[in-house]
Amino acid sequence: MSAPADATSALQERFPQVTERASLDHPAVNVPVAEVLAVLKYLRDEFAFDMLVDLTAVDWAEGVLPRFTVVYHLLSTTRHVYIRVAANCSGDDAAPIAPSVVSLWPGANWHERECFDMFGIKFEGHPDLRRILMWDGYPYHPLRKEFPLAGIETVLPDPEIAEETKTKVIASPMAGGPFVATAGEMNLTEAEPRAKDESWSEQREKPE
Amino acid sequence: MVSSNTELAYNSKIEGEVVVSRADAVINWIRSNSMWPMPMGLACCAIELMGTAASRFDIARFGAEVMRFSPRQSDCMIVAGTVTYKMATAVRRIYDQMAAPKWVIAMGACASTGGMYRSYSVLQGVDRIVPVDVYISGCPPRPEALLDALMKLQAKVKREPSAKNLLSA
Repeated sequence: MSAPADATSALQERFPQVTERASLDHPAVNVPVAEVLAVLKYLRDEFAFDMLVDLTAVDWAEGVLPRFTVVYHLLSTTRHVYIRVAANCSGDDAAPIAPSVVSLWPGANWHERECFDMFGIKFEGHPDLRRILMWDGYPYHPLRKEFPLAGIETVLPDPEIAEETKTKVIASPMAGGPFVATAGEMNLTEAEPRAKDESWSEQREKPE
Repeated sequence: MVSSNTELAYNSKIEGEVVVSRADAVINWIRSNSMWPMPMGLACCAIELMGTAASRFDIARFGAEVMRFSPRQSDCMIVAGTVTYKMATAVRRIYDQMAAPKWVIAMGACASTGGMYRSYSVLQGVDRIVPVDVYISGCPPRPEALLDALMKLQAKVKREPSAKNLLSA
């Protein structure tokens, strides 16, 4: 088996469109989305990257093209090296598309479901692409940049209970938040998470 | 000569086999001293709930040691932890399955108000879906706080017009 640096160069030899990706720790590559399945299969079979550690995505904000990037973190449990593979999604903003890698690592199943739930990325070839954290029928993808942290008003998952309790999913009151702790050495009382803007709260109106 | 009564308690030889009381007092005494909790443990508060039930704090001293995992057999739902919108419907359904009379304790900041989770996924206070009798502050609250809440709930139950409620039901 070859060293991890060789994986990158061997990859570039075999797939000429693969480019190196800026990385502070482990080797990383950018891959065109059409080739990502072949690249990952090659890495798994030829370089013993037998474990998919993480599968996640990046939203580069509205208006940026390509907007979504899927990132795969691979580990070789025999050679103890990592590699990161990134691929820009095809498709449009509403429904970005990436290939499913469940056929390579069955563990990708729930990762892809989470990624679909949070970003709305359609993984083509996934056996059961449903939401995993939010409920079925939730209309938004919460980790997208345009989605506010407080949430957007919508209906409760169960219509019967929504009817009985007259309750909705609401945009949560932020009261000056989000609340952040200051880094650095200080006593615990001062280190309590505080609102960045303390000029308004639940009692005091937000100044215009 | 009339002597003062030195009997401290009920004496059947003197008073016969009759006790006079109010129906409310009897019913509330029974209800408040065997308050079986429904442990709705959803997050870290549930660990403090377990601590309260264990030997050091011993919730059995207040007659609430029988944690029933069936809503049909419990009187008091202790919502211990963060209630997400996805879980909220389950919490409400379990509450609906409990037999009346029933009470709810919102344990901790999250159950009471959503706590630090000012977020799209978290219900901002369990009182939006079920009627809460006692709120406990803390993140998580100490077991003593839960015991205090239980005692406050007992005091509340003792004030209820139970007989009237039963007859009008």
